This record gives sequence, structure tokens and C-alpha cells, in this order.
Amino acid sequence: MPGKLKVKIVAGRHLPVMDRASDLTDAFVEVKFGNTTFKTDVYLKSLNPQWNSEWFKFEVDDEDLQDEPLQITVLDHDTYSANDAIGKVYIDIDPLLYSEAATVISGWFPIYDTIHGIRGEINVVVKVDLFNDLNRFRQSSCGVKFFCTTSIPKCYRAVIIHGFVEELVVNEDPEYQWIDRIRTPRASNEARQRLISLMSGELQRKIGLKVLEMRGNAVVGYLQCFDLEGESGLVVRAIGTACTLDKLSSPAAFLPACNSPSKEMKESPLAHPPSHGCRSTHNSPIHTATGSRLTQNFSVSVPTLIYTGMGSGSAGKEGGPFKALLRQQTQSALEQREFPFFTLTAFPPGFLVHVGGVVSARSVKLLDRIHNPAFVGIMGNTRSYKLLDWNSFNSDEPETRDAWWAEIRQEIKSHAKALGCHAVVGYSESTSICEEVCILSASGTAAVLNPRFLQDGTVEGCLEQRIEENLPAGCGFCHIPYDELNMPFPAHLTYCYNCRKQKVPDVLFTTIDLPTDATVVGKGCLIQARLCRLKKKAQAEANATAISNLLPFMEYEVHTQLMNKLKLKGMNALFGLRIQITVGENMLMGLASATAVYLAALPMPGGIQIAGKTPSDGSYEQHISHMQKKISDTIAKNKELYEINPPEISEEIIGSPIPEPKQRSRLLRSQSESSDEVTELDLSHGKKDAFVLEIDDTDAMEDVHSLLTDVPPPSGFYSCNTEIMPGINNWTSEIQMFTSVRVIRLSSLNLTNQALNKNFNDLCENLLKSLYFKLRSMIPCCLCHVNFTVSLPEDELIQVTVTAVAITFDKNQALQTTKTHIEKSLQRASTDNEELLQFPLELCSDSLPSHPFPPAKAVTVEKASPMGEGNFRNRSAPPCANSTVGVVKMTPLSFIPGAKITKYLGIINMFFIRETTSLREEGGVSGFLHAFIAEVFAMVRAHVAALGGNAVVSYIMKQCVFMENPNKNQAQCLINVSGDAVIFVRESELEVISTQQPTANCQQSCAGGEVTT
Amino acid sequence: MTSELDIFVGNTTLIDEEVYRLWLDGYSVSDAVALRVRAGILEQTGATAAVLQSDTMDHYRTFHMLERLLHAPPKLLHQLVFQIPPSRQALLIERYYAFDEAFVREVLGKKLSKGTKKDLDDISAKTGITLKSCRRQFDNFKRVFKVVEEMRGSLADNIQQHFLFSDRLARDYAAIVFFANNRFETAKKKLQYLSFGDFAFCAELMIQNWTLGAVGEAPSKPDSQVDDMDMDLDKEFLQDLKELKVLVADKDLLDLHKSLVCTALRGKLGVFSEMEANFKNLSRGLVNVAAKLTHNKDVRDLFVDLVEKVHLGPQFVEPCRSDHWPLGDVRLFLNQYSVTVHSLDGFRHQALWDRYMDTLRGCLLRLYHD
Repeated sequence: MPGKLKVKIVAGRHLPVMDRASDLTDAFVEVKFGNTTFKTDVYLKSLNPQWNSEWFKFEVDDEDLQDEPLQITVLDHDTYSANDAIGKVYIDIDPLLYSEAATVISGWFPIYDTIHGIRGEINVVVKVDLFNDLNRFRQSSCGVKFFCTTSIPKCYRAVIIHGFVEELVVNEDPEYQWIDRIRTPRASNEARQRLISLMSGELQRKIGLKVLEMRGNAVVGYLQCFDLEGESGLVVRAIGTACTLDKLSSPAAFLPACNSPSKEMKESPLAHPPSHGCRSTHNSPIHTATGSRLTQNFSVSVPTLIYTGMGSGSAGKEGGPFKALLRQQTQSALEQREFPFFTLTAFPPGFLVHVGGVVSARSVKLLDRIHNPAFVGIMGNTRSYKLLDWNSFNSDEPETRDAWWAEIRQEIKSHAKALGCHAVVGYSESTSICEEVCILSASGTAAVLNPRFLQDGTVEGCLEQRIEENLPAGCGFCHIPYDELNMPFPAHLTYCYNCRKQKVPDVLFTTIDLPTDATVVGKGCLIQARLCRLKKKAQAEANATAISNLLPFMEYEVHTQLMNKLKLKGMNALFGLRIQITVGENMLMGLASATAVYLAALPMPGGIQIAGKTPSDGSYEQHISHMQKKISDTIAKNKELYEINPPEISEEIIGSPIPEPKQRSRLLRSQSESSDEVTELDLSHGKKDAFVLEIDDTDAMEDVHSLLTDVPPPSGFYSCNTEIMPGINNWTSEIQMFTSVRVIRLSSLNLTNQALNKNFNDLCENLLKSLYFKLRSMIPCCLCHVNFTVSLPEDELIQVTVTAVAITFDKNQALQTTKTHIEKSLQRASTDNEELLQFPLELCSDSLPSHPFPPAKAVTVEKASPMGEGNFRNRSAPPCANSTVGVVKMTPLSFIPGAKITKYLGIINMFFIRETTSLREEGGVSGFLHAFIAEVFAMVRAHVAALGGNAVVSYIMKQCVFMENPNKNQAQCLINVSGDAVIFVRESELEVISTQQPTANCQQSCAGGEVTT
Repeated sequence: MTSELDIFVGNTTLIDEEVYRLWLDGYSVSDAVALRVRAGILEQTGATAAVLQSDTMDHYRTFHMLERLLHAPPKLLHQLVFQIPPSRQALLIERYYAFDEAFVREVLGKKLSKGTKKDLDDISAKTGITLKSCRRQFDNFKRVFKVVEEMRGSLADNIQQHFLFSDRLARDYAAIVFFANNRFETAKKKLQYLSFGDFAFCAELMIQNWTLGAVGEAPSKPDSQVDDMDMDLDKEFLQDLKELKVLVADKDLLDLHKSLVCTALRGKLGVFSEMEANFKNLSRGLVNVAAKLTHNKDVRDLFVDLVEKVHLGPQFVEPCRSDHWPLGDVRLFLNQYSVTVHSLDGFRHQALWDRYMDTLRGCLLRLYHD
């Protein structure tokens, strides 16, 4: 599909004065794509030039369309000397390459210069005409949609979730090329920005090709990162989850499972291979009984029929044959994949069957000579560590990096297997680089998945039914996936407090979001484990060895801290766990953040008991008992604060904040059926007891103290690092996304581990306190998706970057809206028929009585709106479009409270460098970075607005690398951000739109008429 | 442990009104922190002093970055860097250009030049307003003056258009610009009892009636090259005012005028006898003020003259007050005094008289207070 790119330069405004004599500017514009450049006329003597250029047309390959950014340079014409550059705009035209996203990019873009920042704005219109050309051997992957969102995007449903896609590209870093010695900082920065833009484009194209190979049409949970490896180069890598998504267009498309070949053909640009239809790979029943894994795939012999009628008798026995069958199926589906990983953190209902625990792996690598130790460990419920063999590689090509990651992924996979799981969800990868040492990390949550979404639609309906019935909502995912008799690690197991049929662990750690159907008691809260370890400065291998020796201890301590803090909160599960290990010259930092909750299905956590090792003198004893009392008081206080009143066993339903009727009946039934097991439960509850902390030296004392220093947020504030706060669901529409950065300088005199820990702890706590103070006007509110990033830019500097969103909520409506909210959150990726029935009900309650249309009609139109073809698209544009600068919301969440996302316009992935040689004049480091981050936000908003959007969801600042040299009055900063540009419509405005567009409804339902099974 | 860098950037720029006020008032960060502590914010929020310091620094940095945009308010509306809701933008502009009564009284009518700027530290010492705040207010006056100086059309409208002020603030600035341009004396001791509001009121009346802009729409002067329509007084009009002298110079006319006024007001005025006794002096005062406006120097002294030289007994405004003429009586008298002129057959400058007297009457009534 070659295409024609058309660009028009309309006007400029607020240009800087380039000619001191006249206080004006003679501006013109260069438009460059690939190797072709066009120029506008010079618009003499104006700071607000009106070029109104012709359409500049570039005839290009689609491969180039995907890789290259459109580069617009604004210059000041100078008759006698070289023209001065005012600044540049890079426009990623990718969103124009798939039909469902934006059709035109048009708007005011800030003109950006890496030395001066934003210098005025330019109005540009960009269009692409694609020619259809079904070349099978093409290198491009136009048409594959990319989403940063780590759940199925709101206006789509997942037909198939194919699985993991990854790719990386390596290049020399322009900053380290010989030419950098002779070129200006500006030229060097621009070369870097352009190169990274190109590399991201290439990477995205390659990932797209992989998706097409898998016959998918989209990548969800797309995470792209840069590793600035210095001398050894620049790595751009990305991971994501390939899916086949189906647009939720009309109710007709809702009902069918959408697996008909004709539909598929339309969805995926490539034709199906003949094998596609009969690829399903269930194991034969005989093998299932033994529970052994098979490496070969068998053709199906409808195994489901054999098991009908056996399900109910299986309670209490390792999940019974049904579970085994399920595992077999999933396993076989997943075994075709090299890595059964999913970057998603939230899933369609029924997708997640069981969760095993967090699996993570780390590896220390040397960037120049590759000859280094590797370390891998499992986190979560296990604490097993082992050192891998020393691997050697000898080239610095992408293959090397690929091999590094492959090795880590392999490790993750085997950890998951050890937990009895065949898949890893909530998977992510990261690096920390200091000089030539690089720590590669990967983590995720081992899980057992429902094969329904993984295979190409050959799973029989009756099996699905059975799965649904066998998994009690709200607790199923907590049930252990591993074999009770053959546990991979020591754990207390009890019968599930919810259904009483299956075993559950005493605590559960995961990297995913809280499943929407999970039954939670009270509210959740953010907890963090913070840790520093000094290390000697060393070179190369000695350094790498020192680091890998320290890592197990750090992981262990982080885990212990998390466990202690979790108990202190009186909670029993962690979601969204993210452990970041950062390497510096002379220290290692560990920061773990997670959202703690009380899962009704898990046992009540025991308290913390303190034991002194040497009970010698009385004052010590007294001290211990004093501490014990403080801890017990804190636990009691926390329980009150977070409203954790775990119900008595017999009344547990009443206390649950999510009394879903369907679930309730199931609960009651299960209780009556298994009444004799209750006694057994109680017994086991008695056995499991307090967590003992031994205070045998000052270190341990410190630890206990630090436990108590964490101050809860002021009243009216809650915080979590997941998408939604467990226990709060009546969000109001006010949101405030922010980034806060702090750098502290450590005094080098007293650098002990304790002092370091205290400094780091204070830094994080103070930062949180500042946030609470700053956002106090939003109370009651919740900080969601709190994302801390730690870096060690220099010897004695610690940098912490936080991005989060504050969302207000209504304190009073909590109870009434609980149910509606659940229904709403289920819409995320609705496939179930019952939701279809619930949906109109919900709308019914929302819509005004005076509404001229019956509610059902409103629903269909609402669903139709994302289709947004032609004129309708304009109507759904944000209402603020006619004001001078439209408001663009930004949020790290995948949704906007009180609003409906009607269209995804494409991903935003931007990389900026800013440098200054007049740091003092720009307000010092704080002034410099403050201005830069504000500018980055502005550029993101401008791009979204130009795409026709009014919000960025799943926004993330992936990198914020800040370097300063105050002596030279210089500083440099690199920022990489990404997110999904969307159009949202307030729920209150939806009805207005639906009245405007009664005809759209008709058309959509006619078009979506193909009914499939 | 020292914080090297500490920033907070919101997608929507956070504006703390309280901190904004402290910043506008010219307090340093440490002073502002101290003032916030004194206001009891720590107790209310449970925050620490360090948090407050960081928060204040952050807001100050934001305001500092916004200041450049505030110098040209339309830029604030069109810029892309700070996402600020329109109501907040309006608040930022309005507060930034707001001024202290004490300060404006010091510079009202003065030339907005470097010389005056040098006196700002004296003003600061005298008024207790920080020098920083004085500078901002002075620069605001000067900035607005420079922008609208050369423009045609309504002064207040021009200001509103280019600075996006509220109606009230735009009219205040119109008065300030008008006074600065015509250099009316306002600092004399005798004028100290007058507020900025009094002067702004008079300015508005004069702009409406006495400037070129006031007759600008008249077809007689369609495309006159006179630019500052609303800022300069109509020179021709001022010249013509000499003609009004006939009202006091012509004895017959003066007597007729007096008898008509007295007939009309007999029994209605509490201070009738004083008025009757002083009528000639009063009339002379009112008309002489008009006649003096021919010279630039005397134009500047308009307000001094109004207070000192309009005769009622020896003086107008002041004596009235010392004799306790009630405001109602003054109004009655002035109304009757100006209306009655229409009945003087020998007097030919009725239009001129109205243009002069309507404004003057308004001003006098406004200035007539304690």
C-alpha cells in the first residue's frame, strides 16, 4: 500500500523575534519527509505569518510512512547569512494509516527547539491517501492498531487474544558518534530525537508484521522503552499483546461470538491458512487424568462431553478433573507460543481463571564485553533464588539483546510452570543502566487462563458454560493453580472463605489490576517497600558480580517489607505490584509499590508479633512490649481507616461491599452445600497465626521503626497504584494528572545503609505528603495509578519521579452506585450476553425521564457512535472545539470517569530532549525541568487535539532522564511519554448526541447484520 | 539531605489563590511561607513547614512563568503550555492587573515615565506596599497606556479588547490612562480627601463628553487625523468655553439668571438665603473654571480649581461643606443653575453650555463629600 502524504502549512503565531532591528521575523517553513523537502514562501516581517501554502505531496512507500516522522522546520530567512532555525515539529503520521483512527491531522502544534523550548505555534494540516495493493511480501504493517492501554480498549471486544509480541532495534547513539564533537548541541539533540522517532516507527512496523503473522489486528498493552546504553548504543524495545479486536458497533455484533470465517477474513488483512479451522489442540481424556503435561498436540475428540456431570463432586480435591482439563486446554493453546505472556493487567470477564503469584527474573549484564553473571528469582509467594550459569555472548547486535531477553523470559516461563501456571499476565520488562552495567528485569503474574479467548474460536459452547458455572465469581482467581501436595514453596492454605470449595493461599501478590468481579472488604491503599544498599565502586565484572550478589538480599528484604506493611494494614493481597531495582555508582535502590486490599476469599491476616532475641533486662522487655502495643494499635487503626470489617463467616455476604445478586445466590448455595466444611475452615484459621518479627539487632529495630513511620494520607484522601481504587467507585468527573520530580543530594559523610534508607524513605514520604497538600482542594479524592520511578543520575543524587492522577469522588453516593459501577466496569470488554441485558438497564436509570427515545434506542446509538464515519465524526468531536484552545485531559488510567470513550485515534509516543546552557537564567534546575515538563504536556495535548481528540488515556512517562552540570550552568533532560489519543463524550452529553443521530443507528445495525455463532 | 530539585506539574495548572495574592503583593517565598503559617494552614491541613515551603516555591515558579504571558493577556488565552480553565485565566488576569487604592492615588495623573518609577521606593515606604508590588502596578499602568495610546475608538473598549479585563477594571484603567495622559493634578493636600473612585467617575464623564471621541461620531469630523480620540480633551471645545464668560460678564444676563434660579428654588432650598447672597460668586466660579481650561497648565489644575476656586462665598466645594449645604441642596441648585441658562434668550451657546455643565455638575456632585 504505497500512499500519498499531503501536507499544508497554514499559519504561525507567537513566533519569537528573530530580527532584533525590526523586532520581527521573516519566517518560512521546510517540510521534510524521508529525503524529500518542500519549502513555503518567506512571510516577511511578522510574528504571526499566514503562509497558506499549497498542498505539499509526498509519494511514498507505506514502509516509510510507518517508519518516518513528518518533520516540519520553521526558519527565519536571512539574506546575508545562514537562515536561523526557530524550531521543529515532528508529527507521527501513524494514526492516519488505519482506517478506524484519525482521518486528518489538523491543528496548532508548538514549535519546539531543544535549546529554547517552545517558540510559538504552527498550524498544519496533514492527510494520507493510501492505495490498496495486496502485496503479500510487503514489509509494512499498516492497519494494525496499537494501544498503550493494558486492557481491552473500551469500544472494542476481544475475539482472540493471541499473545506476546516483542521486538527490539539497536543503533548507535548519535550523542556518542565522532561527529558529535564538531556539531552543535542542537544538531546533536535533533539527530537523537529524529533517530529515536525513526527507530520507534520501525519497531512498531516490525511488531505489526508479527501481529499480522499471528492473524491478529491489534496490539494491546504496547510498551515501548529506550535503553540509553551510552557508548554501546541505543536500544529501542517494545512488548505487547497481539489481539484480534472487534469493534463494538451495534448490538447485532454483540450477540455472536464472531468467529465466522467471513468475519475473520475481513478483520485480518491476510488470508487464513487452511490449517486455521482445525488447529485446536485438546489432549485426550486419558492423559488428562494423569495430569501430566504433553508436549505433542492431539486433534480434538470433544473431551467436554466426558466430563459432564462430574463437576459438582470435585470440590476440595485439587480442583478435580475439570480443572485439569482446563489446564490441559490452556496449556496446549499456550504451548504453541514461545512465551505465553500477556502485557494486559485487566481482562475480559472469565479470562482469568486462577492466579499463582508474582514471578520475576533479573539479570545483570555488562554492556561492552558480555561475560557476566545472571541472577533470577521468583517473587511473590515463593522465595527461591538461584544463580544462572555465566553466559557468554560476543556480539553487540540486536541478537545479543534478544538473547538476553529471551533468557529472562525463559526463566519467567519456568517460574510460572513451577507455580502450576501456563501463562504470565500483567507482564512487563525494564532495565536499569549505570555506566556499563545493566540490570534487566521482567516480572508478571503466573496465571491459568480460560482458553476461550486464546484459540481461534473452536472451543465448544458447552465447555464455556461449564467453566462459567464452576468458577464462583469473586473468588475463583484466588484459588491455587498448583498442586497442593507438591507446592513450589511453603504456604498456608485454607479453604476459600468465599466458596469454601477450593484452597486459597494466605496472601496473594499480583502485578495485575484487581479483577472487577473480585469481592473486596473495605478500601485499598498504596503501600511501598523502600530499600537502599551501598555497594563499593567497582569496574566491569567485579561490579556486575557485586550487584548480582546484592540482588537476592534486596529482593528478600523488599518482600519482607511488603509483607510486614501488608499485615500492618490488616490486608491480605497486593495488586499492581511493581518492583524497581535501580543501579547507581555506589548504591542499589529498590522501590516496590503495590495496592493492598482485603480479599474476602482469603483468610484474615494474622497480626505481627515482635520477639526479642535476648530477653535479658527489664527495660528491653518493656521496650519490646511497647513496640508490640504500637504495632497492634496501628493495625487496629488501619482496619478502621480502610473500613476492614471482615464479616463473620456466617454473615460474610452482608459485609461485602459488592453484593452482586447473582453472586450472592451462588454463595448461599455453596454454603449450604458444604456446611460440614465450615468447621474445618475454622480450625485452619486457628492454626494460622501471627507473623513474628525478631528484633535481634539494631537493623531489625530500624525496620520496625520504619514500619511505623509511614503516615496514612490525610482524611479524604486515598491512594493506589492500580487503575481503580478497591472500595471506591462513585467517581465524579474532575481529574488532575500530574508529574512531580524530586532530586535530593545525599551528604557523603554519613553514608551508611541506615542513613541512606532513612533519606530515601523521607524523600518518598515527603513527596507523597506534598501531593496530598497540593491536591487538598479536590478532597474527597483518590490518587490512582501512582507510579514512582527512581533513578540515580549521579553519585550522591537520588531522583524520584511520580506520575499519577487525582480523581474526585462523591462520598455520599457510595452505596447506591456500587452496582452501577460494577456493570460499567464490566463493559470494558463485554462479551457476555447477560451484560447486554444489564446495559440497557443501567442507561435506563441514567437517562432523564423526559428523554424522547426509549432507553433501548439510546443504547444502540451510543454503541454506534464509535463507528464514527463521515459527518457523524464531526458531531462527536469535543464540544470545546470552538474555544481557542480545547481542553485535553490526560490520565494514566484507561478510562475517564463519568465519560464514555467513543473512539481511539492512535497512539502517542513522543520523545523530547531539552538542553540549556543558561541554567541559572531559566530558574535553576527546578525552573528548567518544570518548564520542560509543562512543554511536554503541551505538545502531547496539541498532537491529540490535532488528531481530533480530547483526551489521552493510559498516559505514561516512561523516561525522565535528567542530567545537570551547575558549574557549567548546563542541564539536559530526555523525556519519553506515550498514551492513547481518544475522543470521549460525557455521559450526560451522550443523550444529546443520540437524539441528533437517530439515523446512524439504523445504518449501523443494518451493516452489522452478519450473524455468526 | 537537601532538595536539589522539587517540582510539581499538573496537566491542569494548579492556581492557589492565596499564594497568588501573596506573590502579587510582592512577598518573598520565605515571607509568604511565614504568612501562610500565621494564617493557620498547617493546623488546618496537618502539613509540615517543609511541605509548605515546597508548595509555595512551586506556585511562585508557576506564577513567574505565567507572568510573561500576563503581560499580553490574549497570549494567555492562546498559549498551549499551561492548561488553565477560562474562569481561572480571567482570575489570573484580573488579579494581576488589580491595583491598590493607596498606590493609584500616588501616581494618578503623573507621567508614567522613568522619573516616576524612581519615586516608587518612596511610595512603597509611604504606603507600606512592597516595592515589588508597586513596580508591578506601575508597569501595568504603563503597559496598558503604551498599548492603547495610539489607538482609535473607545478607550475602555480598547483596553478590554487588548487586556481582557472585566468591565469595571477596564473602566478604571481608562481613567488611569486618561489621567496620566492629561496629567491632572491629584496629589495636592486639598485633594487628599478624594478617592480613586471619585476621580475615575469624573474621568468617565469627561471621556464621555469632553474628548474628541465624544463627538467622534458626529459627521462633521469623519476622518480627522486626530488619533487619541478618547484620551485627549477636545481642544476646540476648550477654546470655545471662553464664550461662556458672557454669563458672568454681562450683568443683565447674570441678573436674569439669578432671578430665574431664585424664583425656581424659593422654598425648596434649605440654604436659600446663602445661595441667594452668593449667587454671583458661585456663577463666577463655575464659569471661570471653564474659561481657564484654554491653557494646558490650567487643565491640569482642573480638580484643584474645582475644589478651591469655584466660589460659593470665596470657594465652592469647601465652603459648601463648611456651611453644611446638604448634598440634596447642592444638586437642586446645580440642576436649576444649569437648566435655567436655556431660558436666557440672550445666551447663544446652549449646546456648549450643556456639554460643559452636564459633566461639571456630575463631577462636582461626586466630589462634594467629606
